[in-house]
Amino acid sequence: MNKPFAITLNVGSSLENKTGTWRTFRPVYTKRLSPCNNACPAGEDTQGWLFHAESGDYETAWRHLTQENPMPAVMGRVCYHPCEGACNRGKLDSAVGINSVERFLGDEAIKHGWKFAAPAKESGKRVMVVGAGPAGLSAAYQLRRMGHQVVIFEAGPMAGGMMRFGIPKYRLPREVLDAEVQRIVEMGVELKLNAKVDNILTTMKEDKFDAAFLAVGAHIAKRTAIPATESSRILDAVSVLRGMEGADKPMLGRRVVVYGGGNTAIDVARTAKRLGAEEAIIVYRRTREKMPAHDFEVEEALQEGVMVRWLSTIKQVGDGGSITVEKMELDESGKPVPTGEFDTLEADSVILALGQDVDLGLLDGVPDLTFQDGVVQVGDNMMTGYAGIFAGGDMVPSDRTVTVGVGHGKHAARHIDAWLRGSRYEEPGKAELANYEKLNPWYYTDADKTVRPMLDIIRRQSTFDEVQGGLNESNALFEARRCMSCGNCFECDNCYGVCPDNAVIKLGPGKKFEFNYEYCKGCGICAEECPCGAIKMESEAT
Amino acid sequence: MGFQPIKFYQTGTFTVGNRLLPPEQRSVQSGMERANALNSGHRACQGCGEALGARYAIDAAMNASGNKLIAVNATGCLEVFSTPYPETSWQIPWIHSLFGNAPAVATGVAAANRVRARKAGLPDSEVRVIAQGGDGSTTDIGLGCLSGMFERNDDVLYICYDNQAYMNTGVQRSSATPPAARTATTMPVGPEPGNTFGQGKNVPMIAMAHGIPYVATATVADLRDLEYKVTKAMSMRGARYIHIFVPCPLGWGSASNDTIKIARLAKETGLFPVFEAEYGEVVNVSKIRQRQPVEDYLRLQRRFAHLFGKKARLDVIERFQQMAEQNIRNFGLLADEKVTVGFRSSEHRK
Amino acid sequence: MLKQCEGSHAIAEAVALSRPEVVCAYPISPQTHIVEGVGELVKSGALKDCEFINVESEFAAMSVAIGSSAAGARTYTATASQGLLFMVEAIYNASGLGLPIVMTVANRALGAPINIWNDHSDSMSQRDCGWIQLFAETNQEAADLHIQAFKLGEELSLPVMVCMDGFILTHAYERVDIPEQEKVDAFLPPYSPRQVLDPTNPVSIGAMVGPEAFSEVRYLAHAKQMQAIELIPKISREFQDIFGRESGGLIRPYMLDDAETVVIALGSVLGTIKDTIDEMRADGISIGVLGITSFRPFPITAVRRALSHARRIVVLEKSFAVGIGGIVATDVRMALDGLDQRIYTVVAGLGGRNITRSSLHRVFRMAMHDQLEPLHFLDLEWSIINRELDRERATRRSGPIAENILRDVANAAKIG
Repeated sequence: MNKPFAITLNVGSSLENKTGTWRTFRPVYTKRLSPCNNACPAGEDTQGWLFHAESGDYETAWRHLTQENPMPAVMGRVCYHPCEGACNRGKLDSAVGINSVERFLGDEAIKHGWKFAAPAKESGKRVMVVGAGPAGLSAAYQLRRMGHQVVIFEAGPMAGGMMRFGIPKYRLPREVLDAEVQRIVEMGVELKLNAKVDNILTTMKEDKFDAAFLAVGAHIAKRTAIPATESSRILDAVSVLRGMEGADKPMLGRRVVVYGGGNTAIDVARTAKRLGAEEAIIVYRRTREKMPAHDFEVEEALQEGVMVRWLSTIKQVGDGGSITVEKMELDESGKPVPTGEFDTLEADSVILALGQDVDLGLLDGVPDLTFQDGVVQVGDNMMTGYAGIFAGGDMVPSDRTVTVGVGHGKHAARHIDAWLRGSRYEEPGKAELANYEKLNPWYYTDADKTVRPMLDIIRRQSTFDEVQGGLNESNALFEARRCMSCGNCFECDNCYGVCPDNAVIKLGPGKKFEFNYEYCKGCGICAEECPCGAIKMESEAT
Repeated sequence: MGFQPIKFYQTGTFTVGNRLLPPEQRSVQSGMERANALNSGHRACQGCGEALGARYAIDAAMNASGNKLIAVNATGCLEVFSTPYPETSWQIPWIHSLFGNAPAVATGVAAANRVRARKAGLPDSEVRVIAQGGDGSTTDIGLGCLSGMFERNDDVLYICYDNQAYMNTGVQRSSATPPAARTATTMPVGPEPGNTFGQGKNVPMIAMAHGIPYVATATVADLRDLEYKVTKAMSMRGARYIHIFVPCPLGWGSASNDTIKIARLAKETGLFPVFEAEYGEVVNVSKIRQRQPVEDYLRLQRRFAHLFGKKARLDVIERFQQMAEQNIRNFGLLADEKVTVGFRSSEHRK
Repeated sequence: MLKQCEGSHAIAEAVALSRPEVVCAYPISPQTHIVEGVGELVKSGALKDCEFINVESEFAAMSVAIGSSAAGARTYTATASQGLLFMVEAIYNASGLGLPIVMTVANRALGAPINIWNDHSDSMSQRDCGWIQLFAETNQEAADLHIQAFKLGEELSLPVMVCMDGFILTHAYERVDIPEQEKVDAFLPPYSPRQVLDPTNPVSIGAMVGPEAFSEVRYLAHAKQMQAIELIPKISREFQDIFGRESGGLIRPYMLDDAETVVIALGSVLGTIKDTIDEMRADGISIGVLGITSFRPFPITAVRRALSHARRIVVLEKSFAVGIGGIVATDVRMALDGLDQRIYTVVAGLGGRNITRSSLHRVFRMAMHDQLEPLHFLDLEWSIINRELDRERATRRSGPIAENILRDVANAAKIG
């Protein structure tokens, strides 16, 4: 077309006008740390694996998850999920059921027989792991992935440690545990059962190990001096729970009193109920608010008929199971103090659930170690004072949970690997936290958390069937999609859409976006309207 | 039924797109193949709501018409920032004639298209026409031509990008300027600062009074609703009108990154009712999702700054709140409420 | 085919024969009969493939025309007087965008005072608008000029006004030769636009042009009108070849050879002037007349050549520039720059005032004897004017002029 001069123009010619020069601030895509990731003791990339679960690609989600934690089916049952406590969605409606999606992924993996890949290359190094609990299994898995030869020495007859001997079946069915242990073994990890290590240095030397990771757990029940007659039946919770794994179940009688206020006390009381006890009474010296056991577990126990005597201590266990209980009251600082008022309970057995100690015998003769409060001290790199010996789990200072143990194992494995290569593992710096204020919550659809099914109450009182059910495929997907992807682009296309200058380039599915700084004027709408806080504005002056 | 929200638990309806949606549920703007009818390099201010609204609307219309679209543009910001010689940002056939005649020019284009279609033996033209302008050209200088186009039921979709004043000439009051707002011709001085209460026109309602097939309002804060309305309008023949609320950082004294937030607040406060009407009858309203006080909306804009601070005018803010309440009542903007405004369906137009 | 018909009807037929695709109009006297006629032809189906649009104003009419022309349709509209003024903004826009719209202006006076009768004030007010302005002397020529106007406008991408005297021509019944469709089709090919709104080849029409290019754009508009100077006679000859009659062109000389005195005029008054000149020639007076058909572009060279032998020129105008005088005369002076000729302006026929042969005789004879003042108002009632001027000098609030004059006219009639 022989167009009229100046008044008629060829389309799209404004591309000559590079409006990027107007900019004083530039948007930059960033990855912020989601609160769930930040809160996870095992260091899971929760947001990262949920991203894959959202698309229904459960295997990729599972593979992403298991880079940090090899036992999602276990974790999806026993973890106290601090991730959910930190979840930004909790400020909107209710936290994403991360734990239940994790369990779903773990169960999917078992159902479909997904395996871990063997390492691509062998390092030629040998590492011994003492203890097949969460920390030991986690360390063995991570070390094996890095190509090291790993031998686990487990003192007990079966792997799992406290996951098997401390957590009741109704919370963690054993076939789930077995499947996840087996998958680690299948990577080429050697598991020696009934192989108590008496002296670590000797074993290391004899079997030519280059390094050792110790995670023997805390299996020795704490006792307290309660005056008791010879005939009184006083047990400890660790033994009772361990006894549940043997052929002969513990004989607890009709009336059981449990002494303590932690999760183990709850576990053992609920176990007693299931073993046929008509009465299972927890005696605890403080109030419910002060109880260290997780409230949901207390609630479940109460539902099942477990009773609790708050603000009470056991003073004496007499003949025929007559227990003297003293009432307590809280002083101004919240500490329980005796009142001098007494009461009597009848019990066929008393189970003490007052905590556990570590058997540190295998460290005898190892120089340069430090101990405090009955546990061994380790550095930031999880190494004890003796070079090449690392430790984790319940035997080092920490919260004693499965999740913490898994985190220790992973953490230690990375340092062991570096140490074996004569270097030091540097923790990658933590990204800025994607707190709620960094989000634009308008964009998230209202969707309440999916409630997991619960086993009905009669069966909970009489069987060891798993109490809490899992999610099915459709509600697991729903739950995964409630994730707000805090701090990490989930390809919602908002930046691409809301830019008045078409200065966002969409790179295609999975490839995310780029800014076109030739035209971006720096208005900042993209950053403001990014639902998940994955764009920040940076001054052009710097 | 009106706009069908996407049942998707993460962001669903609210974001521009979502990698997990099936293709048929994706917005035009989320597509890599979108027309970008108003391309990069235009000279709109940072954070311009009109530039954004225009691309949203025209891209949707391009999609709906199979890229057979002609646009007629009134004089104003959109025209000036998009086509200063020697560069144009438009990627579609586009014409600018005058400030007040875009609807009539569009009528002419539609007539030419119809004749061409008839000569080709087609029942109606495949090439469609959009006319567009700001609130000045729509509610003031071009209202005569707009009314004529409506009355004749010409096959034109007219889109008003309402930024509530004459921005191109330096922020003077229009008949779409809200009360109390500071403009260059309604300065915040004297006993009743800013624009006068009790003035202004409601052009969507005026459009409805013509009984034309389709009238809708929308904001740049709800892309899917906007695209739905443009797409629906393009599926119809005859005169159609869409009034899009587009914040203006320059004229309103708002932060350039607050453009969408302000548009969202306009709807969520009830100050700007979002609805659609067919043949004069309101058929759908977008309910308020998270109700907000008008103050949250007003505070973000320096044109209302004289209502806050030392000599705060709580009485004026209250009048705004009453305006919002009235909209909420009239249009039934809260869940379970019913529309009470509008006209009976104009049967003769159908 | 010869037809005894109203001028407006002939125009409607000529327009229809030109196969317009979009016709839009808003009613204003004396244009109404033309668009009514076209509308009926569209409605009846006689004119096929044409959209007839009743718009809400002249501003809308020209705007619709802009849209349809830009979208590639042959477009026609018509107006007059106040209507022309109401569309002025769009008129400038149409020429600025180079859209070959054809518009009839049924010439009529401009108010206030409101007056529906003929003069040329409306067209003349738009002499600088960038449109080609052709003035018809007769209804035959008006009809022919419309057909030529489409061809001319479309070849140049310029809009064309065909100006014809309101009532005098539009409402006059005359014999007009309405051309056959085949011949019109042979003369006027389908519209092939220079630029068009087309989704398969998109362009942006109507950009904002700043100081860096605006002068060039304006000069190019002038250059196009200069091209029209060449094209208008060419098209007139082509028209003659096909239709066998002379019509259009730049100028129309009559009895010009050796004429000492030459009258210049536009439009239908040329008929009365020619009759007068015939009579004066019979009396042996050396007088002739030059009709200007193309007022824009103004054919400076042709006018200068045609007037080279004249001693004096009388420009008879149906409008004037208040505060200076003749509009056409100013252009004629431009054409005769450097030549030693007396140029008189006679303003006549304003608001429908009759231009009589006797008055013309009188004023031409005065000119011949160089007794005419440079700016003469034909048949002006000086007693009324002087009385009003006196009144105004005496009393500041002397009342509305028009009312006062009407009262004076009535009194004069009684006295008479």
